[in-house]
Amino acid sequence: MKKHSVLKKVYMAVIILFLYAPILTLMVLSFNEGRTMGKWTGFSLHWYEDMFADEDIMDALKNTVIIALVSAVVSTVIGTLFCLALPRLNSKMRSVFLALNNIPLLNADIVTGLSLMLMFVAFGITLSMGTVILAHITFCIPYVVLSVRPKVRQLGMTHYEAALDLGATPWVAFFKVVLPELRSGIFSGFLMAFTMSVDDFIVTHFTRGAGINTLSTMIYGQVRIGIRPTVYALSTIVFVVVFILLIASNVISGKSATVKARRKAES
Amino acid sequence: MSSTLVELEHISKSYGSKLIIDDLSLTIHENEFVTLLGPSGCGKTTTLRIIGGFEMPDSGRVLFEGRDITNTPPNHRNLNTVFQKYALFPNMTIAENIAFGLRISKKSKQYIDDKIKYALKLVNMEDFADRSVDSISGGQQQRVAIARAIVNEPKLLLLDEPLGALDLKLRQEMQYELIRLKNELGITFIYVTHDQEEALTMSDTVVVMNQGYIQQMGTPESIYNEPENAFVAAFIGDSNIIPGFMVQDKLVDILGVRFDCVDSGFGTNTPVDVVIRPEDVILGKPGEGRMDGRVTHIIFKGVHYEMEVMAGGFEWLVQSTVGHPVGEEVSISVDPFNIQIMNKPASEDEEAIKLDE
Ligand SMILES: Nc1ncnc2c1ncn2[C@@H]1O[C@H](COP(=O)(O)OP(=O)(O)O)[C@@H](O)[C@H]1O
Ligand SMILES: [Mg+2]
Repeated sequence: MKKHSVLKKVYMAVIILFLYAPILTLMVLSFNEGRTMGKWTGFSLHWYEDMFADEDIMDALKNTVIIALVSAVVSTVIGTLFCLALPRLNSKMRSVFLALNNIPLLNADIVTGLSLMLMFVAFGITLSMGTVILAHITFCIPYVVLSVRPKVRQLGMTHYEAALDLGATPWVAFFKVVLPELRSGIFSGFLMAFTMSVDDFIVTHFTRGAGINTLSTMIYGQVRIGIRPTVYALSTIVFVVVFILLIASNVISGKSATVKARRKAES
Repeated sequence: MSSTLVELEHISKSYGSKLIIDDLSLTIHENEFVTLLGPSGCGKTTTLRIIGGFEMPDSGRVLFEGRDITNTPPNHRNLNTVFQKYALFPNMTIAENIAFGLRISKKSKQYIDDKIKYALKLVNMEDFADRSVDSISGGQQQRVAIARAIVNEPKLLLLDEPLGALDLKLRQEMQYELIRLKNELGITFIYVTHDQEEALTMSDTVVVMNQGYIQQMGTPESIYNEPENAFVAAFIGDSNIIPGFMVQDKLVDILGVRFDCVDSGFGTNTPVDVVIRPEDVILGKPGEGRMDGRVTHIIFKGVHYEMEVMAGGFEWLVQSTVGHPVGEEVSISVDPFNIQIMNKPASEDEEAIKLDE
C-alpha cells in the first residue's frame, strides 16, 4: 500500500513537472540578467523595465485589452440573451441552435480565422481592429453560453413568473429576480470570453489590419526577427494574468454552488 | 350564492397536437373555495396557469369580475399565485420576499413594514423575517409563499398543489391553516390537488377533472355520495363499481339479484353502472341478506376492518367495524339509499378513462 502511494505521488510530480516546466523555465529566464537563453547570469528586473518602456509592447497590450474587453462584453450580452431565448424555442429548434453554437468550439481555429478573413474581404470590409473584435465575438459566444446555460436551466421560469404574478413588469422581473440568480454564471462566462480573447493568436492573425498587433501577434513577429527576453517578461505576465482569471472564474462559479449547498445543509 | 368572480368560457388549449383542455367552462363565485381535483397530467396546472395569465388559451375567454382578461398579462391581474414549488426569490430575505409585491405597487415603507409583520404572524413565522430562503424548511417556505401572495390583498388566490411536498402531519396542519386563512381574509381560493381527501376536506366546491374535461362539479358531499360516472366514483374514495341494469324505476339488477334503490328515470332494462361505497355494504349471516358470499381477504385499518367478499362472481370491497375471518360465509345487503346508479359511459373514450384507472 505504502509503496503504491509513493508511486502515485511520484507520478503526479512528473506529470506536473512536464506540464509546468516549460513555463517555469520561461519565468525564470525572464528574471535573468543576461540575454543569452541558456545561461543564468544573475537576478534582474530590467527586462520588465524594458518591456514597460517598449512602445510596441505597450501598444500591443493596449490593443489586447481593448479587444478582449469589448469582445467579452458583447459576447457576454449576446450569449446570455441566447441562453434566455432557448427555453422558449421548441425542442427541435433548440437543438439546431445549440448545434450551431457548438460549431465554432469544434472548428479548427485556422479554419475559423481563414474563413472570417475571406468573408471580410469578400464583403469589402477593411481589416482593422473592428474586424478582430467581430471575429473574437464569434468565437467567444459559445464559451459564454456554456457557462450561462446551466444557470438558466437550473433557475427555470417559475421565479420569473412569480415576479410577474406579484405585479412586476417583465423588465423588473428580469433585473430583480432573474439576473441576480444568473450573475455568477454570467461573470464566469465573461472571464472565459476575456481569457479566450487574450489567448487567441490564429484568428487574430488572419483578421487584423496592417499595423495592428495584439500581444500574441507581436510576440510571434518578434520571434522571427530574434527573440528578446522582454518577451519572456511579457509572456510571464500574460500567463499569470490568465491563470488568475481562470482561477477566479472557477472560484466564482464554485463558490455560489457551495454557498447553496451549505445553506441547504443547514436547513 | 354570492356574485360571480371568475368565469372560464369554452377554454381549449393544446400543446403541439396534444389537446390538454377541451372546451372547459367553469364559474367561480366570490369567497368560494374551489378545488380542481384530478389525476396527474389531467390539465389542472394548465387551467390554473390560464387563469393566472401564464398561458394563453387557444380559444375561449377568461372573465374576471365580468371583464375579459384573456389577453391581460399576469402583472395586471388582480390575483396571486402560490406556485407548486413555492418559487421564493433566493437572493432576498423572507421579509424582502413578502415585500416584493408591495414595493412594486409603491406602498409606503410604514405600510410595507406593518404588512410584513402582519403576514408573518398570520402564517406563524414572526421570527423568520431576516432569514434567508435556503435556511428554512419546505413547510416554512410554503407558508412564506402564501404570506407573499396574500399581503397584496388579491381578490383571488391560486394554489397549485401547495402541500404536495409536505409530510402527512404537516399537510393536515396546513389544510386547517389554509381554511382559517381563507375565512379570515375573505379571499376566493382556487386550489389544485390530486389528493381526493384534501379536496373533500377543504373545499366548498370540488371540480373533478380528467383528460381536460370536467367530469363532475359540486359540493364534496354530492361528489362523494352521488358520483355521476364511473371515473368520479373510482377516483373519489374506494368504491364498488358493478355493472348492472335498471329493471324499472327504483329496481336494479346487480349480478343477477334484484335490489331496491331510490333512482328513477333510467328507463326499463337499461344497462347502468352501480356504485356502492364499501362502508355501505352490510354483512350478515348467510341467507339473511340479498346474496351470499365468502370472505377472501381481511386487513385491520385502525378504525375499521377492510374485507373482500366474493359474491355473485364479484369481489366486493367492504368496510366494517366488525371483522369476519377469511373463509367465513356471509350475506350481503345494501340500504336502497346507498345504491348509486350511473349511466354507462357514452363513448369508448370515457370507457378508456375508466380502464386507465
Ligand atoms: N409547456 C408544455 N409543453 C408541452 N406539454 C405540456 C406543457 N405543459 C404541460 N404539458 C402537458 O399537458 C398535460 C397536462 O399538464 P398539467 O396541466 O400540468 O397537468 P396536472 O397539473 O393536472 O398534472 C400533461 O400531459 C403535460 O405533459
Ligand atoms: Mg400540476
